[in-house]
Amino acid sequence: MGAGQDVGRSCILVSIAGKNVMLDCGMHMGFNDDRRFPDFSYITQNGRLTDFLDCVIISHFHLDHCGALPYFSEMVGYDGPIYMTHPTQAICPILLEDYRKIAVDKKGEANFFTSQMIKDCMKKVVAVHLHQTVQVDDELEIKAYYAGHVLGAAMFQIKVGSESVVYTGDYNMTPDRHLGAAWVDKCRPSLLISESTYATTIRDSKRCRERDFLKKVHETVERGGKVLIPVFALGRAQELCILLETFWERMNLKVPIYFSTGLTEKANHYYKLFITWTNQKIRKTFVQRNMFEFKHIKAFDRAFADNPGPMVVFATPGMLHAGQSLQIFRKWAGNEKNMVIMPGYCVQGTVGHKILSGQRKLEMEGRQVLEVKMQVEYMSFSAHADAKGIMQLVGQAEPDSVLLVHGEAKKMEFLRQKIEQEFRVSCYMPANGETVTLPTSPSIPVGISLGLLKREMAQGLLPEAKKLRLLHGTLIMKDSSFRLVSSEQALKELGLAEHQLRFTCRVHLQDTRKEQEMALRVYSHLKSTLQGHCVQHLPDGSVTVESILIQAAAHSEDPGTKVLLVSWTYQDEELGSFLTALLKKGLPQTPS
Amino acid sequence: MAAHLKKRVYEEFTKVVQQQQEEVATKKLRLTKPSKSAALHVDLCKAACPADALQYLLQFARKPVEAESVEGVVRILLEHYYKETDPSVRLKIASLLGLLSKTAGFSPDCIIDDAINILQNEKSHQVLAQLLDTLLAIGTKLAENQAIQTRLVDVACKHLTDTSHGVRNKCLQLLGNLGSLEKSVTKDTEGLTARDVQKIIGDYFSDQDPRVRTAAIKAMLQLHERGLKLHQTVYNQACKLLSDDYEQVRSAAVQLIWVVSQLYPESIVPIPSSNEEIRLVDDAFGKICHMVSDGSWVVRVQAAKLLGSMEQVSSHFLEQTLDKKLMSDLRRKRTAHERAKELYSSGEFSSGRKWGDDAPKEEVDTGAVNLIESGACGAFVHGLEDEMYEVRIAAVEALCMLAQSSPAFAEKCLDFLVDMFNDEIEEVRLQSIHTMRKISNNITLREDQLDTVLAVLEDSSRDIREALHELLCCTNVSTKEGIHLALVELLKNLTKYPTDRDSIWKCLKFLGSRHPTLVLPLVPELLSTHPFFDTAEPDMDDPAYIAVLVLIFNAAKTCPTMPALFSDHTFRHYAYLRDSLSHLVPALRLPGRKLVSSALSPNIAPHEDPSQQFLQQSLERVYSLQHLDPQGAQELLEFTIRDLQRLGELQSELAGVADFSATYLRCQLLLIKALQEKLWNVAAPLYLKQSDLASAAAKQIMEETYKMEFMYSGVENKQVVIIHHMRLQAKALQLIVTARTTRGVDPLFGMCEKFLQEVDFFQRCFIADLPQLQDSFVDKLLDLMPRLMTSKPAEVVKILQTMLRQSAFLHLPLPEQIHKASATIIEPAGESDNPLRFTSGLVVALDVDATLEHVQDPQNTVKVQVLYPDGQAQMIHPKPADFRNPGPGRHRLITQVYLSHTAWTEPCQVEVRLLLAYSSTARIPKSPWIEGGEGPPQVDTSIEGAIPFSKPVKVYIMPKPARR
Repeated sequence: MGAGQDVGRSCILVSIAGKNVMLDCGMHMGFNDDRRFPDFSYITQNGRLTDFLDCVIISHFHLDHCGALPYFSEMVGYDGPIYMTHPTQAICPILLEDYRKIAVDKKGEANFFTSQMIKDCMKKVVAVHLHQTVQVDDELEIKAYYAGHVLGAAMFQIKVGSESVVYTGDYNMTPDRHLGAAWVDKCRPSLLISESTYATTIRDSKRCRERDFLKKVHETVERGGKVLIPVFALGRAQELCILLETFWERMNLKVPIYFSTGLTEKANHYYKLFITWTNQKIRKTFVQRNMFEFKHIKAFDRAFADNPGPMVVFATPGMLHAGQSLQIFRKWAGNEKNMVIMPGYCVQGTVGHKILSGQRKLEMEGRQVLEVKMQVEYMSFSAHADAKGIMQLVGQAEPDSVLLVHGEAKKMEFLRQKIEQEFRVSCYMPANGETVTLPTSPSIPVGISLGLLKREMAQGLLPEAKKLRLLHGTLIMKDSSFRLVSSEQALKELGLAEHQLRFTCRVHLQDTRKEQEMALRVYSHLKSTLQGHCVQHLPDGSVTVESILIQAAAHSEDPGTKVLLVSWTYQDEELGSFLTALLKKGLPQTPS
Repeated sequence: MAAHLKKRVYEEFTKVVQQQQEEVATKKLRLTKPSKSAALHVDLCKAACPADALQYLLQFARKPVEAESVEGVVRILLEHYYKETDPSVRLKIASLLGLLSKTAGFSPDCIIDDAINILQNEKSHQVLAQLLDTLLAIGTKLAENQAIQTRLVDVACKHLTDTSHGVRNKCLQLLGNLGSLEKSVTKDTEGLTARDVQKIIGDYFSDQDPRVRTAAIKAMLQLHERGLKLHQTVYNQACKLLSDDYEQVRSAAVQLIWVVSQLYPESIVPIPSSNEEIRLVDDAFGKICHMVSDGSWVVRVQAAKLLGSMEQVSSHFLEQTLDKKLMSDLRRKRTAHERAKELYSSGEFSSGRKWGDDAPKEEVDTGAVNLIESGACGAFVHGLEDEMYEVRIAAVEALCMLAQSSPAFAEKCLDFLVDMFNDEIEEVRLQSIHTMRKISNNITLREDQLDTVLAVLEDSSRDIREALHELLCCTNVSTKEGIHLALVELLKNLTKYPTDRDSIWKCLKFLGSRHPTLVLPLVPELLSTHPFFDTAEPDMDDPAYIAVLVLIFNAAKTCPTMPALFSDHTFRHYAYLRDSLSHLVPALRLPGRKLVSSALSPNIAPHEDPSQQFLQQSLERVYSLQHLDPQGAQELLEFTIRDLQRLGELQSELAGVADFSATYLRCQLLLIKALQEKLWNVAAPLYLKQSDLASAAAKQIMEETYKMEFMYSGVENKQVVIIHHMRLQAKALQLIVTARTTRGVDPLFGMCEKFLQEVDFFQRCFIADLPQLQDSFVDKLLDLMPRLMTSKPAEVVKILQTMLRQSAFLHLPLPEQIHKASATIIEPAGESDNPLRFTSGLVVALDVDATLEHVQDPQNTVKVQVLYPDGQAQMIHPKPADFRNPGPGRHRLITQVYLSHTAWTEPCQVEVRLLLAYSSTARIPKSPWIEGGEGPPQVDTSIEGAIPFSKPVKVYIMPKPARR
């Protein structure tokens, strides 16, 4: 429903072994009409969503992953459980509220979700811990893995029986200043749904990036210019804050750094709180000093934007499409001393995307034309995995197949080829609204009766691990349970009589002697060849080998030919066919 | 005579006592032996339930068992083992058997049959595993016995098919530890159970239990450690295990691959996907590199560490580890490093602001891009960016080792190391700075790299800054701007952290002497001289100015044109600095200047070392002196001591020798002076007052000898003999003085006894060196020993007195390398006027920072002493972790001293100084006599002494009375 060959509006519906799970419920930044939310009517035309969906999982708090949640649960109507991690649960409503304010108060949109709806929606949330296996119902279980990207971002494994899906959400394989790297164990899911924002990029080492960033900021500030860094309120913003904060401290700089207020303070509070979700360094040092207690970074006031002198401002939102960052951008764009640093990805259609692609004249609302003189820099600080990182994750998880979402189609195509080539697994990249059906080969557990197992044990050697073994038995399928029992027991249970199946075969042998003699010769021949079997000569002239009966008779027409009648049951098929083959070769000529 | 008799009796008595004690002890042991096993037996029989038996066994296990009684105990244990039905008790017995068989002096071959026997009947898996463990203990004890080894290996092979992983584990362990080495070929002919241990172990690489797989790999590694050459086939098996689900298996597999790659570096292996072939070591390198991005950090650390020791890897592979092919939207992109290099080589200073300078260039062929190369691509890039700092440190270490062996690689990895200077964890930063220092002779820093390096000078951590100074000492800088930049940054550092002064000066000294030609064009600017105008004379006490001068003077040493640029005051300052900071400022040949140094300098070149000669000559003069008259001898000694002291001050490299000899001569002088006292012949009662000088001399000689023995590093045994000899003379002097001053015989008797024991001790310790001491005091003393033993104290004293006078002056052979231990307290500086205020009864922490030179084993010997104004002294033992070792022979103590006192009315100063603790028995070779007995009694008095070896620093403190 979203994020198929596209970035934004992440929303994926997964049906796995009869269970329906919705992954993420995001909005699209590029649109302001109906297209910004996923089309939930797609899920089910009639009937309530709650009946159809078993659960909803939110991977992290970015609006393109959770922005449509109140709309979905309150306005469309969903009462089932919504799973997310603790930090996401804490920070998500702040962002939703902020988003609502911009949409309703600034743009005056009607028919938007209300604060109360956000609150109601959050009541349906069930928080999960990392690596905690949550049983949604008897069969469906989910488990969260660390994903890096932003505080509280998680990858989810959804498992029903032996089939499983891993949904990565957004993740980052390289650790940064405040978050660790994504990690997943070798869970071998049937399907891995991975984001692919940077499907065709392999990034340089983060240290160069950091150094470059600091150098650019430092130089601009020394020249007396102002630096605008549009960020999403949470996520990269904190990363850059920590980076600048430590740099300022080291270089002993006095230039003010501002951070646009409001939600950030609240959010920073949560960053201080959820220390366990951050990286090794912060976790280790927070006893002395919590890294998120900034010394140099102050809250921003709108009036500061006109202050003379250098300053660094972090402002939201990150793609310069609205809000404070756009306002500041307008004010500062005319001065070539100033600089704007775009630290992340910009969706097509936003101001950020335009200036990054080199446009110097922008048409703003109200037909104004804004000339951009300030320097525009792009620093890839986005915490998404690059192509190598994606491959690394695929290698870690060892899935049976991969599905790419959250990226641009032609880039995905490249990665898809690579994945198919390297790992030899099928890889899909559906567009929005497209359904991919994956055949799975589920393993079906079968109960085996102890008697049969013991009998089998007694026959053969000790069981060798990981080696297939053939054994005879009867499979009984009864009320969705499978059992393997010995045939006798099966007959008994089912109340059936045993049918005897006998094969008979005639072997013609040229021999002029009497039948009795013939039988004796056959007996002695078999006795000598079949050492390990019990060969008997019965008084009535027939020969038995185990349960196989051999009779000799004269041919009705040709007395010179004797007919050997070999008869065996189905169970002795192997020995029987061997005997006939043996007899067909003829008897050895005895020196009579 | 009576005294003699008494002594004899006493001597005999002591001997008797010792023997008796021994006898009693052995008897006791014998008595306990049977009773111990018997008690165990009784206990075990008494035990009503398994829990009780277990308790008894646990109690029993707490006490050690003597070697002789082990067998008895083992028998009893085995007996109970057969009877016991409870597996937990059997388990305990089995483990006890293992413990007992490890007892030193007990040969476990007698229980091996029983152990194997019980193994065959055992059902419980746990007990089985424990029994195998016991067998392992027995097997390792009897490593020489081939038959037993083979037998145990057979047992292990038989149980390898057990269903329990624990048993299989132990079997593999047994195989690894005992598997026969290279015997398989010879045994095959006999048709015996010659087993190819490697193959058996190799089969368990694919066991279903990860623990068993790990054990199998470990067993293989164990085989390797024991010297068995592993087959190359192991390599392929191990490679398969690299993708195991369990981290411990992968970790062990990485190790195994490394081992094999070291064994067969040159053999050729095929690349699976193509028909090419590469060297095994390269292949292994690639595989281990791949493991640097493993999911588990334990494996990553392991892999990163091992990478460092793979030196045979071809350079082409090595360089790949630093190469991560960047791309952006499918177009090839250059790394920031490459861009920086290009900018630099094009002569443009890196602006970093050019729009689109990182714009991707050529299109990448989609087919050719291999995203998850099996090769070594970017392994270090990943390793250095890892989340866990353990991995990063391991990667830095590996880089260091590889760079040391390959200069080309060193050049390449520079960028990455420089980047690591900005790591968020201090340890990593420190480690990378150290690494850089180690490889610094292979590299030259580019300006932009230097820029990043120098930025770290503002780091708040002192360790980092000092490490960086060390690094700068031995770096090659390519341009004069680089030097200028470095100087500017160092001066900035100096103003920010004045305590770094010494370290910065030293750094600039090396920087100057390494780059004279680069400093030359900077001189006018640095000295702010002007072609036409005289500029103001800079302040001579400004550390920054001194720093600049240090740089210039050191550069001028090898750059004769430089002094022409100096102005007058510079020359004056040179003379001053040459004298005050002689270790930093070299001697310069200054044209047209009649400076002391210029007069000296021509002499330095032709002669090898005049000061050394001077030292030798003056010492020889002294040693030939025993025939001179005392008056002349005294004067000569005094002059020589003065000369030596001055020499030590001037020539820092000879300071140790000069001081050492001077101290020795001073002792001799004191001894002569004391013996010269005219009052020796005066009757005792009158003598009382005048004895001060002699006894003080004796005391001082003692002190000086301790200093000689313990404060110098590099003192050899032959010097120790002389020192001890001198001390013995001092003790004799003491004895004589006391004999003269005290009345009555009783105290004297004890002292005589003590002295004679000491002589005895001396003889025992230095029996080998006695021939050296011809004609000396001790030599004569030992000759007269039988007589002394039987004489009265008064007689002894008389003999000693004459002997002291007659004894020759011993020649002190000079050691090769001798350095005086010294310490300087950098912090507290002792200049503060603000008292340190704290509430009385509570403690205040005082930061102490000191550098120690030539101190051996500072962790144990260096102590901090705090002297309070009331005479109270406190000795503080710093933690071993407080000592750092920045260079050879140098240590640094950074610690905190806790002060506390009752309330004072006004602030007062406490003295802080460093002590060198010594114990006189430490140096003497240990004889069984010392170990056995309690040692000579006089040792106890001197066993813990401490020599102050730093200037005391005064700290102003003020304990305030507690507010109520």
